[in-house]
Amino acid sequence: MTERDDRAYWRANLKLVGLCLAAWFVVSYGFGILLVDALNRISFFGFKLGFWFAQQGSIFAFLVIIFFYAWRMNALDRKFGVDED
Amino acid sequence: MDLRTLTFIVVGASFALYIGIAFWTRARSTGDFYVAGTHVHPVANGMATAADWMSAASFISMAGLIAFLGYDGSVYLMGWTGGYVLLALLLAPYLRKWGRFTVPEFIGERYYSNAARTVAVICLIFISFTYVAGQMRGVGIVFSRFLEVPLHIGLALGMGVVFIYAVLGGMKGITYTQVAQYCVLIFAYTVPAVFIAIQLTGNPVPQLGLGGTLLGEGAYLLDKLDQIVTELGFRAYTDGSKSTVDVFAITLALMVGTAGLPHVIVRFFTVPKVSDARRSAGWALLFIAILYTTAPAVGAMARYNLINTLQPGEIGAVDGSLAYAQRPPWFRTWEDTGLLRFTDRNGDDRVQYYNDANPHFAATADRYGWQGNELEVDQDIIVLANPEIARLPNWVIALVAAGGIAAALSTAAGLLLVISAAFSHDLLKSIIAPGITDRQELAAGRIAAGVAIVLAGYLGWNPPGFVAQVVAFAFGLAAASLFPAILLGIFSKRMNKQGAIAGMLTGLVFTFSYILVYKGVFFEPLRENIAANWLFGISPEGIGVVGMLLNFAVAFAVSRATRPPPAEVQELVEYIRIPRGAVAANSAH
Repeated sequence: MTERDDRAYWRANLKLVGLCLAAWFVVSYGFGILLVDALNRISFFGFKLGFWFAQQGSIFAFLVIIFFYAWRMNALDRKFGVDED
Repeated sequence: MDLRTLTFIVVGASFALYIGIAFWTRARSTGDFYVAGTHVHPVANGMATAADWMSAASFISMAGLIAFLGYDGSVYLMGWTGGYVLLALLLAPYLRKWGRFTVPEFIGERYYSNAARTVAVICLIFISFTYVAGQMRGVGIVFSRFLEVPLHIGLALGMGVVFIYAVLGGMKGITYTQVAQYCVLIFAYTVPAVFIAIQLTGNPVPQLGLGGTLLGEGAYLLDKLDQIVTELGFRAYTDGSKSTVDVFAITLALMVGTAGLPHVIVRFFTVPKVSDARRSAGWALLFIAILYTTAPAVGAMARYNLINTLQPGEIGAVDGSLAYAQRPPWFRTWEDTGLLRFTDRNGDDRVQYYNDANPHFAATADRYGWQGNELEVDQDIIVLANPEIARLPNWVIALVAAGGIAAALSTAAGLLLVISAAFSHDLLKSIIAPGITDRQELAAGRIAAGVAIVLAGYLGWNPPGFVAQVVAFAFGLAAASLFPAILLGIFSKRMNKQGAIAGMLTGLVFTFSYILVYKGVFFEPLRENIAANWLFGISPEGIGVVGMLLNFAVAFAVSRATRPPPAEVQELVEYIRIPRGAVAANSAH
C-alpha cells in the first residue's frame, strides 16, 4: 500500500461522499423545501408530492443514501486493501 | 384492574428490566464506562442510538407539533433525521478509527491544544445540560399525569433508576438498557397509531394511511383535512406559513446540530470497526424512521379526529359545534389535567374551535355568532390522549406511559454519560490530575455521573423559566461550534489550532448573542422576535447555520495566516482517513 494508493482511496471516497450529499440535498432541500410548491401540483398516492417528500420521502431517501454509502465504501476499502480484516 | 394499578405494574416492570440489565452489564474499566469496550454490535448500537436520540420531546410532543403546524412541522421531521446522513458520511467512521473516548478529546488531540479541548468541554456541557433538563421534566410530566403521583416523587424515581444503571454500568449499561427502552417506546408509539389508521382509513400501516382515503367518505384524508381546517379559518394543513429561507435554515441547523451533538457522536465510538460505524448510522436512522414516519400520520389523523369530534354538524350552523354536555369521556379526562381548556365565550354551551387570529375569517365567525376560540389544546395531548380517542384498552394507555418514560430516561442517561466523561476524562484525567489510575478515573466518572443526575433532577424539579426557550441553543450551538471543528479536523489537513479555536469561538459567540437578542432568556429580549427583525429572515431556531458559516470562514482565514499544524498531527489525519489498523479504544496510543 503506497501513499499514492492512499490518496486515490481518499479521492474515491470524496467523490462518493459528494454524490451522496448531492442526493441528500436534492430530496430534502430541493424536493421538500425549494420546489415544494411546484411538486405539490402532482398527486402521489393521495399525497401532494412536495408535502410527501417533506414529511416521509426525504426520510426514506436518507436511509437509502446511508446504506448505499456504507455498501460502496466497504467495497472500496476492500478494493484498495485498506479494510480492517 | 383499574388504569392506575395497571400503569404502575407496566412502568414498574420496565424499571425492573432496566435495573436487571444494569447488573448484568456492569462496567469494569474506563473502556467499558466510556465506550462499552467497543464491543457493541452495529444493529444493537443503532437501536441504542435511536433511543438515545429520541427524547421525551420526540415521543410526547412531536406528533402534536406537526398536527398543529402541518407542513411547517416538516422542519423537525427532516431536520432530526437528515443529520444521520452527515454523521454516517462525514464524522462517525473517522472518529471511530481515531478510537478514543470523548468528543473534546478528539478536538484537543487534533488541534494539539488543551485550550481547544476546554472550549469543546464548555460547549458540550452547555448543550447537554440544556437538553437533560427537558428530559427530567418529561419524566416528571408522565409520572404526574398517568400515575397521579406528585412531580417530585416522579422525578426522584426517574433519577433513582438512571442513577443505578448509568453509575453502575456506564456506557455499557446504558447501551443495553437503551436497546430495551427502544423496544418499549416504539411498541408504545406504533400500537395506537396502527389502530387509529385502521379506524380512519382501513389501512393498518400509518405511513400509507396518511395518503389513504377516509372510510365511508371516499375522499383522501389530507384533502379532507385541508378542507375542514380552512373552513375553520386555519391555514391548509399541507401549506406552510414560514418563509422558504427560514424553513431551509431551521432544517439545516437541526441536521447539522444533530450531527454535532456529543451524546449522539459518542455512540459511534462503541462499535468494533470502522465499517460497523458506517452501517450502524444506517440502522440508527432505520429505527428512528419507524417513529419519525409514524409521527406525521399520527399528527394528521389526530387533528382530523379532534376537529370531527368538536364539529359534529355543519360548520356555522347553530347546532354544528359540539354541545359541551355531550363531550366524550377523554375530553373530560384531559380537561382535568389542564391540557384542554374550555371557555364558553358566547354562552351557547357549545364548543367553538377555530382560528380567531385570522383577520380574513373574522367576518365569517361574526356571522356564525362566534366570539373567539373557546378551546385551548395543548400539543402534548395528541400522543398522550391518542389511545383514549381511539378507544383502545387500558394496557395500551399504560404502555404509552412506560414509553414516554423510556424515551426520557434513555436520552437523559446518554447525556449524563457525556457530561460525566467530560469531567472525569477531559478535565480531571487530562488537565487537572493526569497521574490518576484507571480505577481512580472510573470512580471519578461514577461520582461525576451521580452529581450530574442530581443537578439534572434539580433542573427538572425547578426548571429555570428559560428551559423551553433554550432548546434552540442546543442545536444552534452544536451546529456553530462542535460540528465545523470536527469536520475540518478530518477533511482539512491544513486546519490548525488557531483557526479551529477562532472558528469555534466566533460561531459560539455569534449564535449565542443572536438567540439572546431575540429570546432574552436571562433578560427582556432586546428586539421583538418577529420575521421583520431577523437577519436575512432567519429565526433564532435556524441561526446556527449562519454561525456555522462564520465558523468555517474565520477558521479558514485564520489558519491560512498562521503556521500549519505539526507533522505528527498531519499524520494523525492521514491515519483516521484509512480504516485499516483500527484498534479497540484505549486511553493512550
